[in-house]
Amino acid sequence: MKLTGAEIIWECLQKEGVDVVFGYPGGAILPTYDAMTKYPKIHHVLVRHEQGATHMADGYARASGKVGVAIATSGPGATNMVTGIATAMMDSSPIVCITGQVGSKAIGTDAFQETDVTGVTLPITKHNYLVTKPSDIARAIREAFYIAKSGRPGPVLVDITKDAQQLTAEFDWEGAAPRLPGYRPSYHAPMSEYARAADLINSAKRPLILAGQGILKSGTTAEVLALAKKAGIPITTTLLGIGVIPASSLLNLGMMGMHGEAWVNQAIQQADLLIALGMRFDDRVTGNLKTYAQNAKKIHVDIDPTEMNKNVPVDVALIGDLREVLALVEPQVKKATHSDWWTAIDAQRGDAAVRDIQALPDSGHLYAAHVINDLWRLTQKRDTIVVTDVGQHQMWEAQYYRHEKPRSLITSGGLGTMGFALPAAIGAKFACPEKDVWVVVGDGGFQMTSCELATAEQEGIKVNVAIINNSFLGMVRQWQEFFYDKRYAATPMTGPDFVKLAEAYRLKGLRCNQRTGVKSTVQKTLAAKGTVVIDFVVEKEDSVFPMVPAGADLDKMIRRPKQDVMLESGSDQDWEMPAALAAPVKTSAPARSHGKTLPTAKKATRPAPRKSPRC
Amino acid sequence: MAKHTLIAYVEDVPGVLNRVSSLFRRRNFNIDSLTVGRTEQVGVSRLTVVVEATDAGARIVEANLYKLVNVLRVDDLTHKSALMRELGLVKVKVTPQTRAQVLQLVEVFRARVVDVDEETLVIEVTGTPEKIGKFELVLRPYGIVEIVRTGAVAMARGSALLSSAPPLVRTYSSADHGNDDSGLSMSV
Ligand SMILES: Cc1cc2nc3c(=O)[nH]c(=O)nc-3n(C[C@H](O)[C@H](O)[C@H](O)COP(=O)(O)OP(=O)(O)OC[C@H]3O[C@@H](n4cnc5c(N)ncnc54)[C@H](O)[C@@H]3O)c2cc1C
Ligand SMILES: Cc1ncc(C[n+]2csc(CCOP(=O)(O)OP(=O)(O)O)c2C)c(N)n1
Ligand SMILES: [Mg+2]
Repeated sequence: MKLTGAEIIWECLQKEGVDVVFGYPGGAILPTYDAMTKYPKIHHVLVRHEQGATHMADGYARASGKVGVAIATSGPGATNMVTGIATAMMDSSPIVCITGQVGSKAIGTDAFQETDVTGVTLPITKHNYLVTKPSDIARAIREAFYIAKSGRPGPVLVDITKDAQQLTAEFDWEGAAPRLPGYRPSYHAPMSEYARAADLINSAKRPLILAGQGILKSGTTAEVLALAKKAGIPITTTLLGIGVIPASSLLNLGMMGMHGEAWVNQAIQQADLLIALGMRFDDRVTGNLKTYAQNAKKIHVDIDPTEMNKNVPVDVALIGDLREVLALVEPQVKKATHSDWWTAIDAQRGDAAVRDIQALPDSGHLYAAHVINDLWRLTQKRDTIVVTDVGQHQMWEAQYYRHEKPRSLITSGGLGTMGFALPAAIGAKFACPEKDVWVVVGDGGFQMTSCELATAEQEGIKVNVAIINNSFLGMVRQWQEFFYDKRYAATPMTGPDFVKLAEAYRLKGLRCNQRTGVKSTVQKTLAAKGTVVIDFVVEKEDSVFPMVPAGADLDKMIRRPKQDVMLESGSDQDWEMPAALAAPVKTSAPARSHGKTLPTAKKATRPAPRKSPRC
Repeated sequence: MAKHTLIAYVEDVPGVLNRVSSLFRRRNFNIDSLTVGRTEQVGVSRLTVVVEATDAGARIVEANLYKLVNVLRVDDLTHKSALMRELGLVKVKVTPQTRAQVLQLVEVFRARVVDVDEETLVIEVTGTPEKIGKFELVLRPYGIVEIVRTGAVAMARGSALLSSAPPLVRTYSSADHGNDDSGLSMSV
């Protein structure tokens, strides 16, 4: 069958099972847009900025596990995709980006809107293609999908010249099967290594599982839980591992790393064995490498050989797909309880949990952590995906929203891309229309990609946007407070009236600046038909605790001050710390305490803490 | 830190050299030399890369090379019995007084004079990179006008097969990967 290159593109997308693409037209991709009208089964979402298209494809991929697709024109269209591609690369998200390129004869002449896009994206894609002939399109696209989703997933870009889209070629799907002699998506460790790993696990006294996004990619939540249960091993997750182990599981200690739980980081430093499952020892996870987990032997399971010994030297390297590795190791692991180890962890946990913000009475102001925790309480019974942006609100979300399922949190971890949340949430909604999708975003990051509200409106989809508005680039302000003597250079930030902005987009806008209003605001949002934007006006100079300063030892955390900054701000100065909060309390409660009400302060001038809403 | 000599078979497709060199730059690996040329197989090129790295660092370089989709096989010849050769052209100043001395050095290094004029000689020398370095050193007092070196190429001795999997991984067998339908036999 002879088709134009443009038609071949759509045929291939259809054959790959694509139901939605996110894109923006322009001269060099026009033939493809023209052919699109013949393929009504594929829905095209017109974005407002090509960065949005890549984040949408990424959000779609992270929510569904399928490959997300983004389309743009040459030159500026393609370069606008760079941030989204780099974001997907860092977090191993499978997306395929299709870009138009100037005609093959014009390449190299600085033609109008010519950019060397394969050159530009070379270090931020898993692989990329420049296609100059219609007969090469099908194979490039098939290989792109195969590479994007297999092994360690990642973004693949296919740059197709305008003439390749216009000319015709025989469309032969079978003949275009991937031919990739040098591509090896996964490997197997030598058999002896599995036994060595099991021996280390069986002889450990203080083992700890570090659970990462690889568990999500391999779908091995049940297998990891089974291993941990059998051998009595506590689990801690990375930021991108949140949700792969249910927060309610008694085995789950919470998040590790820079803003991880204090007791988790202490446990890592005390452990005699770390079992790293599909996580890559990011520097936000390890802190100072020289002092990281010095007492522990390390087993590292990862599908990507380049991750082995990259940051942390390991004792056993199990290169391969987590599912295969676990199936070989688990039968060799003996039952154990490690009750002394658990008792030690629980003692530390009691100390830390007591200064937990949830345990603090509501002083009348609105704190971001309260908003997030209330949002969790109000939405936990519904099937919810939360998509966060980057900053303080992201960390509070990780700490105070309790995720029970894989893919229920979508966040930019490795690149930390502000502006990610709204477009990624739109992509997630297309992947999972039956689920509630919440955006938790800072006032800064929201302003980077808020134009995509128009996309949500035009598409008639519902995403619920919770802006955590502290009138600051809060995370940077926090660093300035801690490390730069509070010189707030370029971090105080104004914004539009977010309610009016929503209304300007013909969407509903709500504002909430009191804890008492959170519940009704969330309920109104859930009841409303389309996309809703909520302006949660929160305390301005609040900080995320605990915090391991960049490069510091993992257990040298900055802890929440006993006189809490939040409680000292504004008119709360006369507020006194109740004795129960000032002194550490020993508790053996296995899970983090939630919704615990604590004694009210003696001289509290604020209303007594409200009963936590339940639904 | 020591010099590691890696060889890589790569698909001969546009941009592949760019991918390899971009990898070295991006991962901050220090390249001493990089050469590329055809092989006994159509569509397959061979790279020889000399990098400054620790043993552990070299393992990471090797694993990263494997990660490139167009890279077929990689081997680190550093700790193997291998031949290494480089070619250098040296243009050196001569006078009637020094000409004989220079020609004697050419003899000693088993080099060849390939061009002569009144004031200069162009000498072709092959051997290990160290030998060429030495040759340059001994000619320096006479006045070197220009020097060009090809960078090293290397080949393992004997009939051993090229390693076919990254470090820490079981030896690759094509049965594990239905994808490897290229029919490329990569034996040396
Ligand atoms: C403001 C900010 C603060 C942050 N603070 C923290 C923090 O406190 N704590 C924290 O943990 N993170 C934090 N991060 C995120 C951090 O930067 C990293 O993104 C995160 O730690 C990476 O998690 P990961 O290693 O699980 O996931 P990834 O980076 O996605 O790595 C997953 C690994 O799994 C492997 N893999 C994939 N598929 C498979 C498979 N099938 N089988 C086996 N292996 C597989 C991959 O090869 C990869 O090596 C923060 C980010 C930001 C922006
Ligand atoms: C695109 C981009 N630019 C800059 C940064 C650096 N950065 C990290 S967090 C942050 C502040 C985010 O502010 P806001 O979105 O208001 O969230 P908050 O921290 O206040 O919750 C900045 C500027 C970034 N991560 N991404
Ligand atoms: Mg802010």
